Formats: sequence, structure tokens, C-alpha cells
Amino acid sequence: MNAQATASHIGTTAPASTLLLAVDGVTVDFDGFKALNGFSLTLDRGTLRVLIGPNGAGKSTLCDAIIGRVRATSGRVIFKDQDITHLPEHEIVRRGICRKFQTPGVLPGLSVVDNLMIAAKRDRRWWSTFRHGVAAEEKARVADILETIGLADRAAAPAGHLAHGEKQWLEIGMVVATRADLLLLDEPTAGMGPAETSQTAALIRRLVGQHAVLVIDHDMSFLEQLDARVTVMHQGQFLKEGSVAAIRADADVAAVYLGRAKEDTHHG
Amino acid sequence: MDMSMRKGTPLSGPLAGVTLGRPMALSLAVVALAALAPWLVSAYELNLLARFLAMALLAMGLVLVWGQGGVLSLGQGVFFGLGGYAIAMHMKLAALGDGDLPDFMVWSGLDALPWWWVPFKSPLVAILGVVLVPGVVAALFSWAVFRRRVGGVYFALITQALALAFATLLISQQPSTGGFNGLTDFQTVMGVDLGTPAAAHGLYWLTLALVVGVFVALRALMTSRYGTLLRAIRDGENRIRFLGYDPTPFKVVAFTIGAVLAGLAGALFTLHAGVVSPALVGVVPSIEMVIWVAVGGRNSLAGAIAGTLAVNLAKDGVSSAFPDLWLYALGLVFVLVVTLLPGGLAGLVADAGGTTWGRRLKTLIMGEAK
Repeated sequence: MNAQATASHIGTTAPASTLLLAVDGVTVDFDGFKALNGFSLTLDRGTLRVLIGPNGAGKSTLCDAIIGRVRATSGRVIFKDQDITHLPEHEIVRRGICRKFQTPGVLPGLSVVDNLMIAAKRDRRWWSTFRHGVAAEEKARVADILETIGLADRAAAPAGHLAHGEKQWLEIGMVVATRADLLLLDEPTAGMGPAETSQTAALIRRLVGQHAVLVIDHDMSFLEQLDARVTVMHQGQFLKEGSVAAIRADADVAAVYLGRAKEDTHHG
Repeated sequence: MDMSMRKGTPLSGPLAGVTLGRPMALSLAVVALAALAPWLVSAYELNLLARFLAMALLAMGLVLVWGQGGVLSLGQGVFFGLGGYAIAMHMKLAALGDGDLPDFMVWSGLDALPWWWVPFKSPLVAILGVVLVPGVVAALFSWAVFRRRVGGVYFALITQALALAFATLLISQQPSTGGFNGLTDFQTVMGVDLGTPAAAHGLYWLTLALVVGVFVALRALMTSRYGTLLRAIRDGENRIRFLGYDPTPFKVVAFTIGAVLAGLAGALFTLHAGVVSPALVGVVPSIEMVIWVAVGGRNSLAGAIAGTLAVNLAKDGVSSAFPDLWLYALGLVFVLVVTLLPGGLAGLVADAGGTTWGRRLKTLIMGEAK
């Protein structure tokens, strides 16, 4: 089991092809409202992509459709050359996709270290949980992540006692601990100050290479620090793709966002 | 420390946070005292204690299902009844000569034993039936329900309906179940005459040994990774699902263990009380079972035992003095516990550690507290 675990730990460096994820014409229809409308996107192994778009553009729905939280009405999600569109959620995760939710999804009653241990467990089948003891490799990984996310001295504290930013970091740590090949980070800097935001950007840049990362965020300075390719969504559809600079200069993108800005001034 | 108690960390109960060694010594002392009970209390009191300890097995199962797993079952009476009827059917059959029928079947005009009674002639089938029938029923039922992601209040209501249906079925099938009166008038079990003091003592010690064994086993289970994941599923089922775990089997395992313990409790209770009847397995007794655990503290095994003993002792006292008042008293206790004492008796002990006087008291009782 250890050999297998080590193998898949390194697994990300030996890809069969560079293409990791292909979202192929996915439509998600909520009783007539198309949250995603024939949306397509591809992502290579070990790359970073940022997804932006005004509220209601379908960014979170895209993550939901990839991870199986909502089901595509039509279209397919291909991961590592296999169709995962209709797999149960836990099966999708076991194949190597893990998601950080918009509101921190830590387990408040468990300690910080238990949160990470659950995420780091290689064998997630129920009967394997009766064995006592933790694989040395899992322990080392958890210790490593505790250092990285700066929570080493709070390892024994209940996760519910952490500050909001710390919870965000813990959840990023949990997502990383799963060794998923694809990390979906939904607004990882929500509720963070500027210092924490740049630390988060640095953390995410360190993850790239070993993991492919898809980040959803609104914060322009955060996007600039990430310095990745940006995909812009609008009304459930693809709008533009390019570098941060190109997207900032793009007239269509500006129009979409200015449209939103106008509405925002109406609200106050 | 008292926080972690409410959040349901494995080291819960009145012994939480006490330096190691002391709780072990205290537990051993309590068990030793309990083992001496046949010489310390009257035969009547010993019989009561034996019944209550049998019920405590069920209560510890509810700690796993409800406290740790967050699954409220209002149908534990069903599994209690399945275990009780399994052993009772065997005892009815064992007392008969070849070709004879139990008395109530003769009165109802049956001329042959119903097919599902036949296997229970074998003592082995009966003993296996005590744990396997509730276990298999619970596993199939809970798998079907949890797989469809039905939980919370809906699950509680389904289990309550199950308890109602089970009691109604037992009453309506009077010729083969003994109906409202249930099964009673047992003479021997496995060749032992139930009327002797030796049998009463032996059954009491068997029950006590099972309580100790189940306590140790459940404690080990709750501190294993399975226990951590069960609590994690209780606190955030979706988060666990999106970490790659399937929550269903974890909950099914907990529910099944709870049912097996309920079946065991029912069988032992039937032996101690000499009767099993629909009145012991329906909606009201099933709710009472939840109240024992609520009073004791639903995350504490020791609390569940204490709660079961306390509530049932009170029931015995109140209902012999004021027969009509018991249900009101029980309702009042439940309301008070839910509103004022969410951690039950175990929570009270743990919280007491936070105040100066509580700390002194605790130090006095249990030695140095952390």
C-alpha cells in the first residue's frame, strides 16, 4: 500500500498526456435557467487557470458540474481521458479532483490535524478506517502542510475555533492533502486582508506543477499576483481567454464588468 | 476540555480530561462493586439492576448512532423487540414436547407451528437470531434510506413509523405472536432453570460482562479513524463526500451496530423480566430509550449507562408511587435536559470542571484534573 501511495504521489509527473480536464459543451439547466450554456474548457496537467466573470456568470456552477454536485443536462466532463459526468461525487474525488468551497468547508468539531488527516488518507474505503495507526507518509504530509499553511501551533485546536482566514487556509490545506491532480479553489481569498491574500497567491503558485489549479476569484490584485491565464465567463458561456494584461485591456470584458458596475451603482 | 466534550471528541464522558490511570482505577472499582451486587442488594433489586444494565447496552448503541453519527433513531424498540422475541420464541419451544404448540397458539386454534418459528427450536439459531435478525434488518433498512440521502428529521420519522408498524403487526398477528400479551411464562433457557437464584446471578453477571465488553469495544471504535469519520460526517456530510468518502456505509455500520446492541439488550431484558410484549417495543418505549441517552449525555458511553440507570430507577420509583404521573415526569425531565443540559449528566460533570467548586469536587472524586 505504501509503494502504491508513493507511486501515485509521484504520479503527477508521469502523465499519459498533458491534457487533464476537458469540459465539453456542458449545459446545466435549472428549470429553464441555463447556469451553464454549452460551456467548454480544457486544462493541462500542472497548470494554473483563473476563472472570472460577473456574478451569475456560472463560475461556481462549473465547479459544481465538474465535481458532480450538479449534473450536466447535456455535454460531458472528461478527466484523465475518462468520462466522469455521471460518476458519484466521491468517485470523482477519488480519481483526483478536490474542491475548496466558497464558504469554508472545514469540519468544526474536529481538530485542525484531524481535518487534515481525513483529507490525507489514501484509502478512503470505509472498511479501511477500522485499522488503527496512520501511515508514516500520511503523517509526514500532514506535518508538512501544517507548516505550509502556518497552523502548526494550532494543530490540536478545534477547526471551529479558527479565524475566518485560517479556516480558508485549512481548507486549502485539506484540498492539497488529498494529492488531487486538479484543485478547484472557489474564492480562496474571500474575507482575507491584503497580506493574507498575497500569501495565498504565493501558496497557490507553489502548488502549480504538482497540481493543476483552477481558481475562481474577483480580486484583481490577487489575479495579478497569480499571473496565470484567465478565462472569462459571462451568462454561462465562454467570453474570452488570455493573460491578465490582455484581459484587463479587453473591451468586451470591460463591457461585461462595466455593465455590472452600472447595476452595482444602482444598488448603492 | 469541556468544549471538546460538546464537540464530541472521543475522550468524552465524566472521565474526560482526567489524568490517565485514575479513570481506569475508578472504572474498575465501579465494575467490582457492580459484580458484588448479588450479595449487596435484594433479589428484587438485583433483577431491576439486571434489566437496567441490559437496557444500557442499547443506550451505548445510541451513543454511537445518535451522539457520534448524528442519526436520531426513534425506532430502537423494533430491534430491542426482535432480539427479545428471538430468545422468547426459543424458550417457548424448548419447554414443549414433540408436536406440541405453545399454549396461546392452541387457544387461537392454530394446528401447526408457523414456518418462521421452526428454526428457533435450535438454541444456536436463537442466539444468532438475537444479533443477526436486528443486524440484517437494520443494515438493509438503513442502507436503503441513507443511500437516498434521507436524514435528520425525516429519518427519525421513518424509524418512528417503523416502531408503530412493528408493534401493530405484533398485536394483529395474535395467533403466531401472542398478540398484546406477548410471550411470557418461561421455565428454562439452555437447560438452566430460570427460577433459581443461581440463574439470576449468572444472568446478571453475563449482562454486566457484556456491558463492560461493549463499553471497551465501542470506546475503541470511537477513537479509531472510523469514529473520527463518523463524527466528521455528522458535522459536514457534504465536505466528507467531497473529500472522496462515501458517507453511506459509515452510517449504515453505526446504525447496524446500534441495532445489534438493541437486540442483545432485548434478549437479556426478556430473560430478566420473563416477558416480551408489544408494549416494550413500540413508539413510546423507543422515545424513552432516546431520553435515557439524552439525560446521560449522548456523546458519552458512561453517561448513557448512568442516564439509563437514573431514568429507569426514577421510573420504578415514580410509577409505583404515582402510576399516572410517570409520563409527565419523563416529559418534564426531557424538556429540562434539552433546554438546560444539552450534554446531559456527562456534560454536567465535564462543565463542573470549569468552576472552582466543580474543580474541587472533581479533584475530590477523581483525583488531579488537568
